[in-house]
Amino acid sequence: MGLVLSGCGKQSILSTRSPQAHNIMLLWWWMLAAAVIVFLGAVGLLVLAWFRRGTAGLPFFGERESVPEVMVVLFGVAVPVVALVALFGVSNVYLIKQTSPPDPRTTPMTIDVIGHQWWWEVRYPGTSAVTANEIHIPIDTRVNVVATTADVIHSFWVPALNRKIDMIPGRQNRVLMYASQAGEYRGQCSQFCGLEHAHMSMYVFAQRPAEYRAWLANMASRSRAPTAAAAQAGRALFMSNQCASCHTIAGTPAQGLVGPSLTHLATRTTLASVTIPNTPAELAAWITDPQAIKPGNRMPELGLSRGQVNELVAYLETLR
Amino acid sequence: MATVVTPRGRQHVDRLDRIWTERPGLLGWLTTTDHKRIGILYFFTALAFFGAGGVEALLIRTQLIGPNNHVLSPAVYDQMFTMHGITMIFLFVIPMTTGAFGNYLLPLMIGARDMAFPRMNALSYWIFLCSGIFMYVALVTGHAPNAGWFDYVPLASKQFDPGTNIDFYGYGLIFNGISSTAAAINFIVTIFKLRAPGMSLNRMPLFCYAFLAVAFALLFALPSLSVATLFLELDRQLGFHFYDAAHGGDPLLWQNLFWIFGHPEVYIIILPAFGIATAIIPTFTHRKMVFFPLVALAEILVAFLGFGVWAHHMFTVGFATLTTVYFAAASLIIVIPSAIQLFAWIATIVTGTPEFKTPMLFIIGFIVYFIIGGLSGITVAAIPFDQQVHDSYYIVAHFHFVIFGAAVFPILGGMYFWFPKVTGRMYHEGIGKLSFWLTFLGTLVTFFPMHIVGLLGMPRRNYTYPPGLGWSVLNFIETLGSYLLAVGLVMIVANLFVSRFRGPLAGNDPFGGDTLEWSTTSPPPAYNYPVIPTVTSPYPMWDSDDRERDNRRLDRGEGLLELGHETPATTVQDAVADEILSMPSHSIWPMAAALTMAGIFAMLLLGHYLIALGFLAAGGLTLIGWHHKGAIA
Repeated sequence: MGLVLSGCGKQSILSTRSPQAHNIMLLWWWMLAAAVIVFLGAVGLLVLAWFRRGTAGLPFFGERESVPEVMVVLFGVAVPVVALVALFGVSNVYLIKQTSPPDPRTTPMTIDVIGHQWWWEVRYPGTSAVTANEIHIPIDTRVNVVATTADVIHSFWVPALNRKIDMIPGRQNRVLMYASQAGEYRGQCSQFCGLEHAHMSMYVFAQRPAEYRAWLANMASRSRAPTAAAAQAGRALFMSNQCASCHTIAGTPAQGLVGPSLTHLATRTTLASVTIPNTPAELAAWITDPQAIKPGNRMPELGLSRGQVNELVAYLETLR
Repeated sequence: MATVVTPRGRQHVDRLDRIWTERPGLLGWLTTTDHKRIGILYFFTALAFFGAGGVEALLIRTQLIGPNNHVLSPAVYDQMFTMHGITMIFLFVIPMTTGAFGNYLLPLMIGARDMAFPRMNALSYWIFLCSGIFMYVALVTGHAPNAGWFDYVPLASKQFDPGTNIDFYGYGLIFNGISSTAAAINFIVTIFKLRAPGMSLNRMPLFCYAFLAVAFALLFALPSLSVATLFLELDRQLGFHFYDAAHGGDPLLWQNLFWIFGHPEVYIIILPAFGIATAIIPTFTHRKMVFFPLVALAEILVAFLGFGVWAHHMFTVGFATLTTVYFAAASLIIVIPSAIQLFAWIATIVTGTPEFKTPMLFIIGFIVYFIIGGLSGITVAAIPFDQQVHDSYYIVAHFHFVIFGAAVFPILGGMYFWFPKVTGRMYHEGIGKLSFWLTFLGTLVTFFPMHIVGLLGMPRRNYTYPPGLGWSVLNFIETLGSYLLAVGLVMIVANLFVSRFRGPLAGNDPFGGDTLEWSTTSPPPAYNYPVIPTVTSPYPMWDSDDRERDNRRLDRGEGLLELGHETPATTVQDAVADEILSMPSHSIWPMAAALTMAGIFAMLLLGHYLIALGFLAAGGLTLIGWHHKGAIA
């Protein structure tokens, strides 16, 4: 309970950074309080039954049958009706207005998130910015997230910021994303989507407007050709090997759409949808044997030598 | 008071024995149409599947004992959690409540000698057994269903799950559904037409009301599942597009059809538990149920209202706000009949003089866990909150409290309660109480932390999780809890197994029960009652005048129906004696028919459609044999 009360936990619904998530959290605490009262009351009656187990009837009221019958109607009908109508009003009439898909006129910005088995494609319409598994937004801005899928049903969930929304073939669902504080917020797919559903997480970075604009401008830019020898060798390997058939690097012949865009891979903090940190060593391990790290994911073993892997890593590290 | 057999009554009892007692040995069991034997077959088969589902659960919990664990690969893990859900729901809880408890007790409680359709009853059992084996062939060959027990498309479509895994699911559930549909029809007709003369509807025990509600719910819910899985197999095998968005279909059609079945299903799971509770509570509190008519009405209402709430499983799919709000409102309305029953039980316990023997302890545990599960259920009727915790461990906690805590605890208590009646021997009370406390504690330690870890953002159906999110310690505790729970459950089974052979003789009525089964011997004779019982209230065993009347009638040879396999049929509302029914006795046709059906489904799975047609023809032949005029003696 201490963990819960302190609101700690990087993916907790109780560590809120938006008005929507905050209000849902408040609703939770009130419901919990009411539930504890009901629970203690009912269990209290059972405890009373234990202590009075030798005597029929009730204290004060004796064995008149009308009294327990009134108790059943009072606690079984009257009190619940009042409590539930109140709950319904607060949550499903009032609060739901804040968590429903936003009116497009109130969201100055839109992001497209497309679910894949088992990674998140992120696009910024109106720009050429395409990235994966990381979303950046400016703080204090109402963002319209359009959630779709390229294959099976996924569910987009960043607990610190808002409720989840499913990504369903044939549907365009939308959810509001609004961060009132700068920071990084962890999210995870919440609809079972196959073998590596457990490794389909993402980060949302809420940034001050200037930082965000700089990030977006960089995302929209193409990659530059590398200068160092090892990196150049790595680039040549990438284009001639299978890599380009699955991955896109803007400004190069690599235009594959099966896997995530790698144009700015080196700016990301993690790899493989927040499965491993983004360091050269981890990247090398991933390229060498992706199946050992995320078994069942779509990237095959490439049968590369250690030297080739190092050259690829040298190239990928230039993709800022 | 129990049946007293005078020397004059003995000749009638002997004649009934000769007419009703079945063949000895294995052949007797294979051809049985006796509802008690069928109930026992269901019991052991469902118990075996409970063990299988339990092992699957322990494997899941062991994999999750710590972060980034490697006990199970993701492919195996996905089969484990899918089979755990399928096994527990379709192969354990429903067969155990309807097939074992319902079959064994219902005719006894209404004063009848068997179910309305004894051979169809046997058919239901054999289909259940065959469908369970069908599903487990999938597991044993490494092709178990792996897309979750609710099997969402497109993950379960041919494109994303090309093997036979999902076909085992689709065909297996259609097959299994036939068993429950037949059982539901049997229950409805039996309850409506076979009650003892004088047992008008307002004098029917609450246990029977619960099972009547369950039967209607099964009848109307199962077709939706069968249609959903039929469409799934048409998509998978013949290239149809029911669920294919790219060709005009809709994956949400699956969700709607599934949950139109799936939600009533959870009330089907819990209503028999309510029925068992309403049988145990009056007995151990030594008083009638508070506000009996309201409780009976509430039981029926829960089943009925349960058909209107299904899309509360779909609050995150992107329906219009008004749609979600309707379903939340309906879900809140259902709280009322549940609360009525809860406070009626509590009021009965408080105003009675409760004896906390083992069966009653399980009912107390049931009440406590039903409150917790019910309260967490109410919280998720608050749509924005549900939209945060949906598909997280908070939901896993909720449904395990209501399914395990609230549906299984009465089953365990009922096993203890009726054990003396079924076996004639008494269980060990001390070990019984210990087994309760271990099970109660194990349940709490396993499932309560799941609320917390869900609030901390842990999604369900994840084969592993990373450290550093606050989930590791809680998962560790949950896993230890599951081992404790396993010990408690094994202790229950061991207690009953040993007591079967070494327990003291129990007599007809060791607890002072209120319903008719306690008036006959333990175990009951094949014909249940030598005299068709006189009934003037829902608590027949507490009407000593009626029981004395029955004893005098046995002495005088009245109301015995001893000219053949006979039981009376009565009118629906007032149970006025209507006609005498001639019942079938042992028959091979139910098992034969079930085997031909197994052949049909196996051949469909393998894609041998012509051979499947052959089995269909064989099935037709068994039906002819079944209905051949000479079949009923």
